[in-house]
Amino acid sequence: MRKFDTKVQHLKYKVLREVARQAWNDTLLENVLDIPQIIVPGKTPTMRCCVYKERAILTERVKIAMGGNQEDDNIIEVIDIACDECPAAGYEVTDSCRGCLAHRCEDVCKRGAITFDANHVAHIDKEKCVECGQCAKVCPYTAIVNRKRPCQNACKIKAIEIKENGAAKIDKEKCTSCGACVYQCPFGAISDKSYILNAIDILKKSEHNKKSKVYAVVAPSISSQFRYAKLGQVISGLKALGFYTVVEAALGADMVAMEESKELVEKGFLTSSCCPAFVSYIKSSFPELIPYISHNLSPMAAISKYIKDTTPDAKVIFIGPCTAKKKEVQLESVRPYVDTVLTFEELQALFDSRDIDITTLGEDVLDNASYYGRIFARCGGLSDAVAEALKEQNIDDFTLKGISCDGIEACRSALMKKSKNLLDVNFIEGMACTGGCIGGAGCLTHGEKNKLEVDKYGMQAYEKTIEDAVSVLSLNKQKEE
Amino acid sequence: MKVTVCIGSSCHIKGSRQVVEQLQDLVRENNLGEKVELSGTFCMGKCQQGVCVSVDEEFYSVTPDSVKNFFEENILSVLK
Repeated sequence: MRKFDTKVQHLKYKVLREVARQAWNDTLLENVLDIPQIIVPGKTPTMRCCVYKERAILTERVKIAMGGNQEDDNIIEVIDIACDECPAAGYEVTDSCRGCLAHRCEDVCKRGAITFDANHVAHIDKEKCVECGQCAKVCPYTAIVNRKRPCQNACKIKAIEIKENGAAKIDKEKCTSCGACVYQCPFGAISDKSYILNAIDILKKSEHNKKSKVYAVVAPSISSQFRYAKLGQVISGLKALGFYTVVEAALGADMVAMEESKELVEKGFLTSSCCPAFVSYIKSSFPELIPYISHNLSPMAAISKYIKDTTPDAKVIFIGPCTAKKKEVQLESVRPYVDTVLTFEELQALFDSRDIDITTLGEDVLDNASYYGRIFARCGGLSDAVAEALKEQNIDDFTLKGISCDGIEACRSALMKKSKNLLDVNFIEGMACTGGCIGGAGCLTHGEKNKLEVDKYGMQAYEKTIEDAVSVLSLNKQKEE
Repeated sequence: MKVTVCIGSSCHIKGSRQVVEQLQDLVRENNLGEKVELSGTFCMGKCQQGVCVSVDEEFYSVTPDSVKNFFEENILSVLK
Protein backbone atom coordinates (compact mmCIF):
# COMPACT_ATOMS: atom_id res chain seq x y z
CA MET A 1 0.00 0.00 0.00
CA ARG A 2 1.28 3.47 -0.85
CA LYS A 3 2.39 5.55 2.04
CA PHE A 4 2.02 8.93 0.31
CA ASP A 5 -0.16 10.52 -2.34
CA THR A 6 2.67 12.20 -4.26
CA LYS A 7 6.39 12.09 -4.93
CA VAL A 8 6.67 15.59 -3.50
CA GLN A 9 5.48 14.30 -0.14
CA HIS A 10 7.93 11.42 -0.44
CA LEU A 11 10.83 13.78 -1.05
CA LYS A 12 9.83 15.94 1.92
CA TYR A 13 9.60 12.77 4.00
CA LYS A 14 13.10 11.65 3.01
CA VAL A 15 14.50 14.97 4.18
CA LEU A 16 12.59 14.83 7.46
CA ARG A 17 13.66 11.24 8.07
CA GLU A 18 17.32 12.04 7.48
CA VAL A 19 17.25 15.16 9.66
CA ALA A 20 15.54 13.13 12.40
CA ARG A 21 18.00 10.25 12.05
CA GLN A 22 20.97 12.58 12.51
CA ALA A 23 19.25 14.29 15.43
CA TRP A 24 18.66 11.02 17.30
CA ASN A 25 22.34 10.18 16.80
CA ASP A 26 23.48 13.65 17.89
CA THR A 27 25.26 14.04 14.55
CA LEU A 28 23.02 16.64 12.94
CA LEU A 29 25.37 19.57 13.43
CA GLU A 30 28.36 17.84 11.88
CA ASN A 31 26.42 16.24 9.02
CA VAL A 32 23.79 18.83 8.18
CA LEU A 33 25.62 20.01 5.07
CA ASP A 34 25.89 16.46 3.76
CA ILE A 35 22.18 15.67 3.89
CA PRO A 36 21.41 16.88 0.32
CA GLN A 37 24.14 14.58 -1.01
CA ILE A 38 22.85 11.68 1.09
CA ILE A 39 19.45 12.10 -0.56
CA VAL A 40 20.73 12.77 -4.09
CA PRO A 41 23.97 10.79 -4.17
CA GLY A 42 24.84 10.27 -7.85
CA LYS A 43 25.65 12.54 -10.76
CA THR A 44 22.40 12.01 -12.66
CA PRO A 45 19.59 14.39 -11.87
CA THR A 46 16.24 12.73 -11.18
CA MET A 47 14.04 15.75 -10.57
CA ARG A 48 15.57 18.95 -11.92
CA CYS A 49 18.04 20.12 -14.56
CA CYS A 50 21.14 19.09 -12.62
CA VAL A 51 22.09 17.52 -9.30
CA TYR A 52 23.49 20.84 -8.11
CA LYS A 53 20.11 22.53 -8.32
CA GLU A 54 18.50 19.49 -6.72
CA ARG A 55 20.92 19.72 -3.84
CA ALA A 56 20.55 23.47 -3.53
CA ILE A 57 16.81 23.00 -3.15
CA LEU A 58 17.33 20.13 -0.74
CA THR A 59 19.45 22.44 1.40
CA GLU A 60 16.40 24.68 1.69
CA ARG A 61 14.21 21.69 2.52
CA VAL A 62 16.63 20.71 5.26
CA LYS A 63 16.33 24.21 6.73
CA ILE A 64 12.53 23.94 6.78
CA ALA A 65 12.74 20.47 8.31
CA MET A 66 14.85 22.03 11.05
CA GLY A 67 12.26 24.68 11.87
CA GLY A 68 12.71 27.06 8.94
CA ASN A 69 13.24 30.80 9.01
CA GLN A 70 13.17 31.82 12.66
CA GLU A 71 12.48 35.47 11.86
CA ASP A 72 9.27 34.60 10.08
CA ASP A 73 6.54 33.24 12.33
CA ASN A 74 4.39 32.12 9.41
CA ILE A 75 4.23 28.35 9.25
CA ILE A 76 4.06 28.16 5.47
CA GLU A 77 7.23 29.07 3.57
CA VAL A 78 8.05 29.36 -0.12
CA ILE A 79 11.32 27.88 -1.35
CA ASP A 80 12.06 30.50 -4.01
CA ILE A 81 14.56 28.43 -5.99
CA ALA A 82 12.17 25.47 -6.09
CA CYS A 83 9.30 27.54 -7.48
CA ASP A 84 8.94 26.78 -11.18
CA GLU A 85 7.27 30.16 -11.76
CA CYS A 86 4.39 28.43 -13.51
CA PRO A 87 2.42 30.33 -16.14
CA ALA A 88 -0.31 32.38 -14.53
CA ALA A 89 -2.21 33.71 -17.49
CA GLY A 90 -5.67 32.66 -16.29
CA TYR A 91 -8.34 31.43 -18.72
CA GLU A 92 -7.08 30.90 -22.26
CA VAL A 93 -8.49 29.41 -25.43
CA THR A 94 -6.29 26.58 -26.71
CA ASP A 95 -5.74 25.03 -30.13
CA SER A 96 -8.59 22.65 -29.37
CA CYS A 97 -11.09 25.39 -30.24
CA ARG A 98 -12.70 24.22 -33.45
CA GLY A 99 -14.49 27.44 -34.28
CA CYS A 100 -17.91 25.88 -33.78
CA LEU A 101 -21.28 27.47 -34.42
CA ALA A 102 -22.86 27.09 -31.01
CA HIS A 103 -20.71 29.69 -29.22
CA ARG A 104 -21.81 28.51 -25.80
CA CYS A 105 -18.77 30.31 -24.41
CA GLU A 106 -20.02 33.61 -25.73
CA ASP A 107 -23.56 33.07 -24.45
CA VAL A 108 -22.48 32.16 -20.95
CA CYS A 109 -20.01 35.05 -20.55
CA LYS A 110 -21.78 37.80 -18.66
CA ARG A 111 -18.92 40.21 -19.25
CA GLY A 112 -18.87 40.00 -23.01
CA ALA A 113 -15.23 38.98 -22.90
CA ILE A 114 -15.43 36.39 -25.70
CA THR A 115 -14.83 37.48 -29.30
CA PHE A 116 -14.26 35.49 -32.48
CA ASP A 117 -11.74 35.91 -35.25
CA ALA A 118 -12.25 35.36 -38.98
CA ASN A 119 -11.97 31.58 -38.48
CA HIS A 120 -14.65 31.65 -35.75
CA VAL A 121 -12.06 30.76 -33.16
CA ALA A 122 -12.77 32.19 -29.71
CA HIS A 123 -10.56 34.72 -27.92
CA ILE A 124 -10.78 36.03 -24.39
CA ASP A 125 -10.47 39.76 -23.77
CA LYS A 126 -8.34 39.86 -20.62
CA GLU A 127 -9.51 43.39 -19.83
CA LYS A 128 -13.08 42.15 -19.44
CA CYS A 129 -12.53 38.59 -18.14
CA VAL A 130 -13.13 38.09 -14.41
CA GLU A 131 -11.89 34.50 -14.39
CA CYS A 132 -15.28 33.05 -13.50
CA GLY A 133 -14.58 29.94 -15.57
CA GLN A 134 -18.07 29.55 -17.02
CA CYS A 135 -16.77 29.44 -20.62
CA ALA A 136 -14.40 26.61 -19.78
CA LYS A 137 -17.27 24.67 -18.22
CA VAL A 138 -19.58 24.89 -21.22
CA CYS A 139 -17.10 24.32 -24.05
CA PRO A 140 -17.89 20.89 -25.58
CA TYR A 141 -14.24 20.51 -26.66
CA THR A 142 -12.76 21.52 -23.30
CA ALA A 143 -10.82 24.00 -25.40
CA ILE A 144 -10.65 26.64 -22.69
CA VAL A 145 -8.18 26.02 -19.87
CA ASN A 146 -7.30 27.83 -16.72
CA ARG A 147 -3.61 28.54 -16.65
CA LYS A 148 -3.68 29.36 -13.00
CA ARG A 149 -0.87 28.44 -10.72
CA PRO A 150 -1.70 25.37 -8.64
CA CYS A 151 -0.74 27.23 -5.48
CA GLN A 152 -3.00 30.16 -6.26
CA ASN A 153 -5.74 27.80 -7.27
CA ALA A 154 -5.37 25.93 -3.98
CA CYS A 155 -5.43 29.12 -1.94
CA LYS A 156 -9.09 30.06 -2.09
CA ILE A 157 -8.59 33.00 0.23
CA LYS A 158 -6.10 34.56 -2.21
CA ALA A 159 -3.14 34.76 0.11
CA ILE A 160 -0.64 33.89 -2.63
CA GLU A 161 0.77 36.63 -4.81
CA ILE A 162 3.43 36.53 -7.48
CA LYS A 163 6.63 38.41 -6.91
CA GLU A 164 8.37 40.43 -9.63
CA ASN A 165 10.84 37.61 -10.17
CA GLY A 166 7.93 35.28 -10.82
CA ALA A 167 8.13 33.23 -7.61
CA ALA A 168 5.14 32.77 -5.34
CA LYS A 169 4.85 34.95 -2.25
CA ILE A 170 2.62 34.41 0.77
CA ASP A 171 0.65 37.28 2.23
CA LYS A 172 1.19 36.61 5.92
CA GLU A 173 -1.73 38.79 6.97
CA LYS A 174 -4.13 36.59 5.04
CA CYS A 175 -2.47 33.16 5.31
CA THR A 176 -4.34 30.80 7.65
CA SER A 177 -1.58 28.16 7.53
CA CYS A 178 -4.08 25.61 6.20
CA GLY A 179 -1.40 24.13 3.96
CA ALA A 180 -3.57 23.71 0.84
CA CYS A 181 -0.80 25.22 -1.29
CA VAL A 182 1.78 22.93 0.33
CA TYR A 183 -0.17 19.89 -0.74
CA GLN A 184 -0.99 21.23 -4.21
CA CYS A 185 2.33 22.68 -5.42
CA PRO A 186 3.59 20.12 -7.96
CA PHE A 187 7.20 21.18 -7.40
CA GLY A 188 7.10 21.06 -3.62
CA ALA A 189 8.12 24.69 -3.57
CA ILE A 190 5.88 25.53 -0.63
CA SER A 191 6.35 23.76 2.65
CA ASP A 192 5.27 23.88 6.27
CA LYS A 193 7.92 24.45 8.90
CA SER A 194 8.68 21.29 10.78
CA TYR A 195 9.15 21.00 14.52
CA ILE A 196 10.34 17.41 14.36
CA LEU A 197 13.58 18.44 16.11
CA ASN A 198 11.60 19.91 19.01
CA ALA A 199 9.74 16.61 19.31
CA ILE A 200 12.98 14.61 19.32
CA ASP A 201 14.47 16.98 21.87
CA ILE A 202 11.44 16.57 24.17
CA LEU A 203 11.58 12.78 23.86
CA LYS A 204 15.33 12.68 24.51
CA LYS A 205 15.19 15.00 27.51
CA SER A 206 12.45 12.95 29.12
CA GLU A 207 15.05 10.17 29.51
CA HIS A 208 12.52 7.40 28.91
CA ASN A 209 9.79 9.34 30.69
CA LYS A 210 11.75 9.61 33.93
CA LYS A 211 12.49 13.35 33.83
CA SER A 212 9.14 14.17 32.25
CA LYS A 213 6.24 12.22 30.80
CA VAL A 214 5.73 12.73 27.08
CA TYR A 215 2.10 12.47 26.00
CA ALA A 216 1.08 12.05 22.37
CA VAL A 217 -2.29 13.63 21.73
CA VAL A 218 -3.48 12.25 18.40
CA ALA A 219 -6.20 13.61 16.16
CA PRO A 220 -9.09 11.28 15.28
CA SER A 221 -8.25 11.55 11.59
CA ILE A 222 -5.43 9.12 12.37
CA SER A 223 -8.06 6.44 11.74
CA SER A 224 -7.85 7.24 8.02
CA GLN A 225 -4.04 7.22 8.00
CA PHE A 226 -1.28 4.59 8.23
CA ARG A 227 -3.68 2.25 6.48
CA TYR A 228 -0.86 -0.14 5.71
CA ALA A 229 -0.93 -1.08 9.40
CA LYS A 230 -3.47 -1.34 12.22
CA LEU A 231 -4.24 1.64 14.42
CA GLY A 232 -3.13 -0.36 17.45
CA GLN A 233 0.26 -0.81 15.79
CA VAL A 234 0.58 2.94 15.31
CA ILE A 235 0.02 3.33 19.05
CA SER A 236 2.70 0.71 19.74
CA GLY A 237 4.97 2.60 17.37
CA LEU A 238 4.45 5.83 19.31
CA LYS A 239 5.42 4.09 22.52
CA ALA A 240 8.45 2.55 20.78
CA LEU A 241 9.48 6.10 19.87
CA GLY A 242 9.48 6.92 23.56
CA PHE A 243 6.07 8.40 24.23
CA TYR A 244 4.76 7.66 27.72
CA THR A 245 1.20 7.21 26.53
CA VAL A 246 -1.23 8.22 23.81
CA VAL A 247 -4.47 10.13 24.35
CA GLU A 248 -7.21 10.85 21.85
CA ALA A 249 -7.71 14.49 20.92
CA ALA A 250 -11.25 13.28 20.31
CA LEU A 251 -11.80 13.26 24.07
CA GLY A 252 -11.02 16.97 23.91
CA ALA A 253 -13.64 17.11 21.17
CA ASP A 254 -16.17 15.51 23.53
CA MET A 255 -15.30 18.17 26.12
CA VAL A 256 -15.69 20.89 23.50
CA ALA A 257 -19.05 19.52 22.30
CA MET A 258 -20.39 19.67 25.85
CA GLU A 259 -19.13 23.19 26.54
CA GLU A 260 -19.84 24.59 23.10
CA SER A 261 -23.47 23.45 23.21
CA LYS A 262 -23.93 25.34 26.51
CA GLU A 263 -22.22 28.40 25.11
CA LEU A 264 -24.43 28.22 22.03
CA VAL A 265 -27.62 28.20 24.09
CA GLU A 266 -26.34 31.11 26.17
CA LYS A 267 -25.24 33.30 23.25
CA GLY A 268 -27.75 32.26 20.60
CA PHE A 269 -25.23 32.26 17.76
CA LEU A 270 -21.74 30.79 17.46
CA THR A 271 -19.02 29.95 15.01
CA SER A 272 -16.91 26.92 15.89
CA SER A 273 -13.39 27.29 17.23
CA CYS A 274 -11.98 23.83 16.50
CA CYS A 275 -10.37 24.55 13.16
CA PRO A 276 -7.53 27.05 13.65
CA ALA A 277 -7.49 28.03 9.97
CA PHE A 278 -11.21 28.88 10.10
CA VAL A 279 -10.73 30.96 13.25
CA SER A 280 -7.74 32.73 11.72
CA TYR A 281 -9.79 33.42 8.57
CA ILE A 282 -12.59 35.05 10.58
CA LYS A 283 -10.06 37.18 12.42
CA SER A 284 -8.38 38.41 9.25
CA SER A 285 -11.33 38.67 6.88
CA PHE A 286 -14.50 39.06 8.97
CA PRO A 287 -13.39 40.97 12.07
CA GLU A 288 -16.98 42.03 12.74
CA LEU A 289 -17.80 38.37 13.46
CA ILE A 290 -15.01 37.87 16.02
CA PRO A 291 -17.42 38.20 18.98
CA TYR A 292 -19.27 35.13 17.75
CA ILE A 293 -16.24 32.81 17.72
CA SER A 294 -16.71 30.17 20.43
CA HIS A 295 -14.57 30.91 23.47
CA ASN A 296 -13.82 27.23 23.88
CA LEU A 297 -10.34 25.97 23.38
CA SER A 298 -9.90 23.62 20.44
CA PRO A 299 -10.14 19.89 21.19
CA MET A 300 -6.34 19.65 20.99
CA ALA A 301 -5.86 22.45 23.51
CA ALA A 302 -8.72 21.31 25.80
CA ILE A 303 -7.39 17.79 26.32
CA SER A 304 -3.79 19.01 26.52
CA LYS A 305 -4.80 21.49 29.22
CA TYR A 306 -6.42 18.65 31.15
CA ILE A 307 -3.24 16.59 30.90
CA LYS A 308 -1.03 19.47 32.01
CA ASP A 309 -3.38 20.38 34.86
CA THR A 310 -3.39 16.84 36.22
CA THR A 311 0.19 15.81 35.50
CA PRO A 312 2.73 18.46 36.45
CA ASP A 313 5.65 16.80 34.69
CA ALA A 314 3.78 16.22 31.42
CA LYS A 315 4.99 17.27 27.99
CA VAL A 316 2.41 17.22 25.21
CA ILE A 317 3.07 16.63 21.53
CA PHE A 318 0.03 16.91 19.29
CA ILE A 319 0.05 14.71 16.19
CA GLY A 320 -2.47 15.42 13.47
CA PRO A 321 -3.27 16.15 9.86
CA CYS A 322 -2.98 19.88 10.28
CA THR A 323 -0.37 22.52 9.48
CA ALA A 324 -2.53 25.26 11.02
CA LYS A 325 -2.23 23.59 14.43
CA LYS A 326 1.44 24.58 14.28
CA LYS A 327 0.24 28.17 14.13
CA GLU A 328 -2.41 27.65 16.81
CA VAL A 329 0.21 26.65 19.39
CA GLN A 330 1.83 30.07 18.97
CA LEU A 331 -1.28 31.61 20.58
CA GLU A 332 -0.88 32.76 24.18
CA SER A 333 -4.02 30.84 25.11
CA VAL A 334 -2.69 27.53 23.78
CA ARG A 335 1.09 27.71 24.18
CA PRO A 336 1.16 26.57 27.84
CA TYR A 337 -0.60 23.32 27.02
CA VAL A 338 0.95 22.00 23.84
CA ASP A 339 4.73 21.76 23.60
CA THR A 340 4.93 21.06 19.90
CA VAL A 341 2.97 19.82 16.90
CA LEU A 342 3.74 17.09 14.37
CA THR A 343 1.85 16.09 11.24
CA PHE A 344 1.17 12.50 10.20
CA GLU A 345 3.79 12.99 7.47
CA GLU A 346 6.32 13.87 10.14
CA LEU A 347 5.27 10.96 12.32
CA GLN A 348 5.97 8.57 9.44
CA ALA A 349 9.43 10.13 9.08
CA LEU A 350 9.97 9.81 12.81
CA PHE A 351 9.06 6.10 12.81
CA ASP A 352 11.43 5.42 9.95
CA SER A 353 14.23 7.52 11.43
CA ARG A 354 14.28 4.94 14.22
CA ASP A 355 13.73 2.04 11.78
CA ILE A 356 10.45 1.22 13.51
CA ASP A 357 8.35 -0.91 11.16
CA ILE A 358 4.96 -0.59 12.80
CA THR A 359 3.56 -3.53 10.83
CA THR A 360 5.76 -5.85 12.91
CA LEU A 361 4.54 -4.52 16.26
CA GLY A 362 1.74 -5.77 18.50
CA GLU A 363 -1.52 -3.87 18.78
CA ASP A 364 -1.87 -1.44 21.65
CA VAL A 365 -5.17 0.27 22.43
CA LEU A 366 -6.50 3.78 21.98
CA ASP A 367 -9.90 4.39 23.48
CA ASN A 368 -10.78 7.56 25.38
CA ALA A 369 -13.45 9.34 23.38
CA SER A 370 -17.03 8.74 22.26
CA TYR A 371 -18.30 8.25 18.74
CA TYR A 372 -19.13 11.94 18.62
CA GLY A 373 -15.69 13.14 19.62
CA ARG A 374 -14.14 10.92 17.00
CA ILE A 375 -16.26 12.11 14.09
CA PHE A 376 -14.97 15.66 14.56
CA ALA A 377 -12.36 14.51 12.04
CA ARG A 378 -14.76 14.88 9.17
CA CYS A 379 -16.98 17.73 8.09
CA GLY A 380 -20.39 17.60 9.78
CA GLY A 381 -19.15 15.69 12.82
CA LEU A 382 -18.89 18.76 15.01
CA SER A 383 -22.50 19.77 14.31
CA ASP A 384 -23.69 16.23 15.01
CA ALA A 385 -21.81 16.26 18.30
CA VAL A 386 -23.25 19.62 19.39
CA ALA A 387 -26.77 18.35 18.57
CA GLU A 388 -26.07 15.22 20.61
CA ALA A 389 -24.70 17.25 23.54
CA LEU A 390 -27.88 19.36 23.59
CA LYS A 391 -29.93 16.17 23.62
CA GLU A 392 -27.90 14.53 26.37
CA GLN A 393 -28.27 17.60 28.55
CA ASN A 394 -32.02 17.59 27.94
CA ILE A 395 -31.92 21.08 26.52
CA ASP A 396 -35.11 21.08 24.50
CA ASP A 397 -36.03 24.77 24.48
CA PHE A 398 -33.26 25.47 21.97
CA THR A 399 -33.32 24.29 18.39
CA LEU A 400 -29.95 23.86 16.75
CA LYS A 401 -29.91 25.15 13.23
CA GLY A 402 -26.40 24.60 12.03
CA ILE A 403 -24.50 24.81 8.78
CA SER A 404 -21.46 22.62 8.19
CA CYS A 405 -19.04 24.40 5.89
CA ASP A 406 -16.92 21.96 3.94
CA GLY A 407 -13.79 23.80 2.84
CA ILE A 408 -12.77 27.43 3.10
CA GLU A 409 -14.94 28.56 0.17
CA ALA A 410 -18.06 27.26 1.89
CA CYS A 411 -16.85 28.97 5.07
CA ARG A 412 -16.44 32.25 3.22
CA SER A 413 -19.89 32.01 1.71
CA ALA A 414 -21.54 31.37 5.10
CA LEU A 415 -19.53 34.11 6.85
CA MET A 416 -20.31 36.55 4.06
CA LYS A 417 -24.03 35.88 4.42
CA LYS A 418 -23.83 36.13 8.20
CA SER A 419 -22.03 39.47 8.00
CA LYS A 420 -24.91 40.76 5.88
CA ASN A 421 -27.51 39.17 8.15
CA LEU A 422 -28.69 36.87 5.39
CA LEU A 423 -27.93 33.59 7.13
CA ASP A 424 -30.75 31.86 8.95
CA VAL A 425 -28.71 29.55 11.19
CA ASN A 426 -27.47 29.76 14.78
CA PHE A 427 -24.28 27.70 14.43
CA ILE A 428 -21.54 27.72 11.81
CA GLU A 429 -19.22 24.72 11.77
CA GLY A 430 -16.20 25.82 9.78
CA MET A 431 -13.69 23.40 8.32
CA ALA A 432 -11.00 25.03 6.19
CA CYS A 433 -9.96 21.79 4.51
CA THR A 434 -12.26 20.03 2.10
CA GLY A 435 -13.83 17.06 3.85
CA GLY A 436 -12.72 18.38 7.24
CA CYS A 437 -9.53 17.35 9.03
CA ILE A 438 -9.19 14.22 6.90
CA GLY A 439 -8.43 16.60 4.03
CA GLY A 440 -5.60 18.22 5.99
CA ALA A 441 -2.31 19.01 4.31
CA GLY A 442 -0.35 16.96 6.84
CA CYS A 443 -2.15 13.73 5.97
CA LEU A 444 -0.08 11.00 4.33
CA THR A 445 -2.92 10.09 2.01
CA HIS A 446 -6.23 11.64 1.03
CA GLY A 447 -9.15 9.77 -0.42
CA GLU A 448 -12.85 9.18 -0.69
CA LYS A 449 -12.75 6.29 1.76
CA ASN A 450 -11.29 8.34 4.59
CA LYS A 451 -14.68 9.58 5.78
CA LEU A 452 -15.90 6.00 6.03
CA GLU A 453 -12.81 5.09 8.03
CA VAL A 454 -13.50 7.89 10.49
CA ASP A 455 -17.13 6.84 10.90
CA LYS A 456 -16.08 3.24 11.39
CA TYR A 457 -13.55 4.29 14.01
CA GLY A 458 -16.26 6.35 15.69
CA MET A 459 -18.56 3.34 15.90
CA GLN A 460 -15.80 1.31 17.57
CA ALA A 461 -15.55 3.72 20.51
CA TYR A 462 -16.16 2.07 23.86
CA GLU A 463 -18.20 5.04 25.02
CA LYS A 464 -21.39 5.68 23.13
CA THR A 465 -22.34 9.04 24.59
CA ILE A 466 -20.44 12.27 25.10
CA GLU A 467 -21.56 12.40 28.71
CA ASP A 468 -20.03 9.01 29.49
CA ALA A 469 -16.79 9.88 27.73
CA VAL A 470 -16.28 13.12 29.64
CA SER A 471 -17.62 11.79 32.96
CA VAL A 472 -14.22 10.43 34.03
CA LEU A 473 -12.79 13.92 33.71
CA SER A 474 -15.19 15.17 36.39
CA LEU A 475 -12.84 13.69 38.99
CA ASN A 476 -10.45 16.55 38.62
CA LYS A 477 -13.11 19.15 38.00
CA GLN A 478 -14.63 18.57 41.45
CA LYS A 479 -11.27 19.36 42.90
CA GLU A 480 -11.13 22.70 41.11
CA GLU A 481 -14.59 23.61 42.35
CA MET B 1 -5.78 10.70 51.19
CA LYS B 2 -5.25 10.95 47.45
CA VAL B 3 -6.92 8.30 45.30
CA THR B 4 -5.98 8.35 41.63
CA VAL B 5 -7.75 6.29 38.98
CA CYS B 6 -6.18 5.66 35.60
CA ILE B 7 -8.47 6.80 32.80
CA GLY B 8 -6.05 5.94 29.97
CA SER B 9 -7.15 3.78 27.04
CA SER B 10 -6.25 0.39 28.42
CA CYS B 11 -7.88 0.93 31.82
CA HIS B 12 -10.80 2.69 30.21
CA ILE B 13 -11.85 -0.36 28.23
CA LYS B 14 -11.42 -2.47 31.36
CA GLY B 15 -13.98 -0.27 33.08
CA SER B 16 -12.29 2.71 34.69
CA ARG B 17 -15.45 4.79 34.21
CA GLN B 18 -17.42 2.27 36.27
CA VAL B 19 -14.66 2.29 38.89
CA VAL B 20 -14.72 6.09 39.00
CA GLU B 21 -18.51 6.22 39.30
CA GLN B 22 -18.59 3.68 42.10
CA LEU B 23 -15.78 5.37 44.00
CA GLN B 24 -17.52 8.73 43.71
CA ASP B 25 -20.72 7.18 45.07
CA LEU B 26 -18.93 5.36 47.89
CA VAL B 27 -17.05 8.48 48.95
CA ARG B 28 -20.32 10.42 48.99
CA GLU B 29 -22.26 7.71 50.88
CA ASN B 30 -19.58 7.57 53.55
CA ASN B 31 -19.21 11.34 53.77
CA LEU B 32 -15.53 11.18 52.99
CA GLY B 33 -15.52 14.06 50.54
CA GLU B 34 -13.29 16.08 52.87
CA LYS B 35 -10.80 13.32 53.46
CA VAL B 36 -10.53 11.64 50.05
CA GLU B 37 -9.26 13.51 47.07
CA LEU B 38 -10.23 11.61 43.93
CA SER B 39 -8.34 12.33 40.75
CA GLY B 40 -7.77 10.88 37.31
CA THR B 41 -4.68 10.42 35.22
CA PHE B 42 -3.80 9.01 31.83
CA CYS B 43 -1.66 5.92 32.29
CA MET B 44 0.24 4.68 35.33
CA GLY B 45 2.55 2.53 33.23
CA LYS B 46 1.04 -0.76 34.41
CA CYS B 47 -1.52 -1.30 31.68
CA GLN B 48 -1.55 -5.09 32.09
CA GLN B 49 -2.84 -4.72 35.65
CA GLY B 50 -5.68 -2.28 35.00
CA VAL B 51 -7.86 -0.79 36.18
CA CYS B 52 -4.94 0.92 37.89
CA VAL B 53 -5.69 2.81 41.08
CA SER B 54 -3.29 4.39 43.52
CA VAL B 55 -3.95 5.34 47.14
CA ASP B 56 -1.39 7.96 48.03
CA GLU B 57 1.66 6.28 46.48
CA GLU B 58 0.44 2.68 46.89
CA PHE B 59 -0.62 0.85 43.71
CA TYR B 60 -3.71 -1.37 43.42
CA SER B 61 -5.29 -3.34 40.62
CA VAL B 62 -9.07 -2.92 40.69
CA THR B 63 -11.99 -4.08 38.56
CA PRO B 64 -15.55 -2.74 38.45
CA ASP B 65 -16.54 -5.86 40.43
CA SER B 66 -13.87 -5.55 43.09
CA VAL B 67 -14.10 -1.82 43.68
CA LYS B 68 -16.41 -2.08 46.68
CA ASN B 69 -14.06 -4.47 48.48
CA PHE B 70 -11.10 -2.36 47.51
CA PHE B 71 -12.79 0.72 48.95
CA GLU B 72 -13.64 -0.95 52.24
CA GLU B 73 -10.21 -2.48 52.72
CA ASN B 74 -7.93 0.27 51.55
CA ILE B 75 -9.84 3.48 52.02
CA LEU B 76 -12.67 3.10 54.51
CA SER B 77 -10.82 0.95 57.05
CA VAL B 78 -7.79 3.22 56.93
CA LEU B 79 -9.78 6.38 57.51
CA LYS B 80 -12.12 5.09 60.19
